[in-house]
Amino acid sequence: MSILVDSNTKLVVSGITGREGTFHSLRNRDYGTQVVGGVTPGKGGQDVEGIPVYDTFHAAVAETGANTAMIFVPPRFAADSILEAEDAGIDLIVAITEGIPAHDELRAFNVIKKNGRARLIGPNCPGILSPGKANVGIIPAAFFKEGNVGVVSRSGTLTYQIGNVIAQEGFGNSTIVGIGGDPVPGSDFIDIVALFQEDPETELIVMCGEIGGDAEERAAEFIASGVTKPVVAYIAGFTAPPGKTMGHAGAIVSGSRGTAKAKAEALESKGVRVGRTPTEVAELAASLLAAAA
Amino acid sequence: MDLLEYQGKQVFARHGVPVPSGRHAQTVDEAAAAADDIGYPSVIKAQVQIGGRGKAGGIKVAGDHGEAREHAQAILGMDIRGLTVHELWVEGASQIASEYYASVVFDRSAKAPLVMLSTKGGMDIEEVAESDPGAIARLHVDPLLGFQEFHGRRLAFEAAVDADVVRPVGAMLASLYEVFVAEEATLVEVNPLIVTPQREVRALDAKVTLDDNALFRHPENAELRDPSREDPQERMAKERSLTYVKLDGNIGILGNGAGLVMSTLDVVAQAGGSPANFLDAGGGSKAEAITSAVEVILSNPNVRAVLFNIFGGITRCDEVARGLIEAFDQINPTVPFVVRLDGTNDVDGRQLLAEADLPNVFTESTMDGAAQKVVELAA
Repeated sequence: MSILVDSNTKLVVSGITGREGTFHSLRNRDYGTQVVGGVTPGKGGQDVEGIPVYDTFHAAVAETGANTAMIFVPPRFAADSILEAEDAGIDLIVAITEGIPAHDELRAFNVIKKNGRARLIGPNCPGILSPGKANVGIIPAAFFKEGNVGVVSRSGTLTYQIGNVIAQEGFGNSTIVGIGGDPVPGSDFIDIVALFQEDPETELIVMCGEIGGDAEERAAEFIASGVTKPVVAYIAGFTAPPGKTMGHAGAIVSGSRGTAKAKAEALESKGVRVGRTPTEVAELAASLLAAAA
Repeated sequence: MDLLEYQGKQVFARHGVPVPSGRHAQTVDEAAAAADDIGYPSVIKAQVQIGGRGKAGGIKVAGDHGEAREHAQAILGMDIRGLTVHELWVEGASQIASEYYASVVFDRSAKAPLVMLSTKGGMDIEEVAESDPGAIARLHVDPLLGFQEFHGRRLAFEAAVDADVVRPVGAMLASLYEVFVAEEATLVEVNPLIVTPQREVRALDAKVTLDDNALFRHPENAELRDPSREDPQERMAKERSLTYVKLDGNIGILGNGAGLVMSTLDVVAQAGGSPANFLDAGGGSKAEAITSAVEVILSNPNVRAVLFNIFGGITRCDEVARGLIEAFDQINPTVPFVVRLDGTNDVDGRQLLAEADLPNVFTESTMDGAAQKVVELAA
């Protein structure tokens, strides 16, 4: 098992004819993901190395039975594309695009929530990888193998760093989920931790947070209220000054809120082990797994 | 992007939020002429993007022409918590019967706009929230519904504003919400919102933060950016499309991906060092981007050593190595570099660096080892 993406994933890519869209769609297909189509308005009827392109999500879904969408279009078109995918009945929407206006994200999030049919991952995220099964997004799959560690993260490269050290310790991953670095992520730590809790293959959960917002604090409460699997966490941004956006639009300490220290303390107070460096997180995860084995 | 008070008030006026009339000035003569036209008493206000202007002496009431000159002279060039005052706003002094607080903020947890109103205006709202949380009325607005009149009434009654101003305060909240949505702001704050003895309601201050990602839809707002107010290194980085934040220390940092760079700063600090900057070279960085980033890092005179921490995913380590070799070719750095390359094409990258045999460049294979090394070199 795994969560969100697997061999039943049928992926349609919005923006497949763009440079990045083509590159990553083909990489995802090479990995074994069923990439059944693409959407680019005005290019319906063409194909990208054998992947058929449609003018609308509705046409793509009708023709291919796609259940998953990946959004690769530029920021000003991205929210519209997310809403189109939702309207066409797609179950899982993975938005890679960075730099979407905040009010667009707010509208897309609230429409999806109100209708209650689709799940949104991202925006501004690296996607989802279930090693050995499917890769939807830009995560470099070569570093990861199948296993029992579920990873959920607000950051891409930091995830690769931690995942790589865990792999060197001899462990693999059930699924790696990048929820993205924006202020209004479609899915939060809580949503993904809940899925890992239910997934029989996942035995340990690694959570990579960073400064800004209170998603980590809320996750700490949630973990205490009913997550029985061990959770190891990392928080980036202890040295970040207040009021400065550290790369990710959502990574900002506002006044005294959203600091790394407060997040680490909230998690530790609920029994979550927090590693102070990426290496320490991987070591904590490895020792907990070895003890359980 | 944070707007200055007067820019915020101009935006407010466009959406029907009542503000005192005033004029912008950059010299003592301009300020005194503005005050003469507006009439006395008038208020001379420093325009800097930081709170506590009043306490720092940046806001003064002038009773006549002489005082207007005197205050403008004193405030222009003044340093307020590290920011130099280059601009003034001159407006007619308002008579104040009551001071309230109003704001619309982007509530990340609720994923909805949050509108707040309090009769405890004129002071730090975070302190009020701390000491007397009941004094702030709060309401989340469904962004798909928008702000309705009943929202305004409910907030006004719950905050217990004076009964005779319930309607105008509610109307002002509706206008502030309109500013928030129409201008794509992430924060709209009025502190104080005043009631005059004539029972008029006005925004006496304006704090507006706009979403940078939405500026392409608001060219008139994009023009309000004044690059001369920005830090020179941060401006240089922005011109090169690099994500850079200047910090106080002496170790230059470059990495790929915001989370990994933040983590690198932390690991360097834990090793006893002090980072000079945050720099995210981004995904898929090409050699030119790396050269350009090295120039930005070294333009900060405090930098004594530089750490490259790359975990290649889409970014290829051989490209990063080429960029660094190119940078050494062009600018001949005098400070030592520690380079940690891991991930995609890391072996090729390390080999390129070994062959180039750059002076004062040390390679490390782990993030922790690299942090230790750069801290030693900067000491």
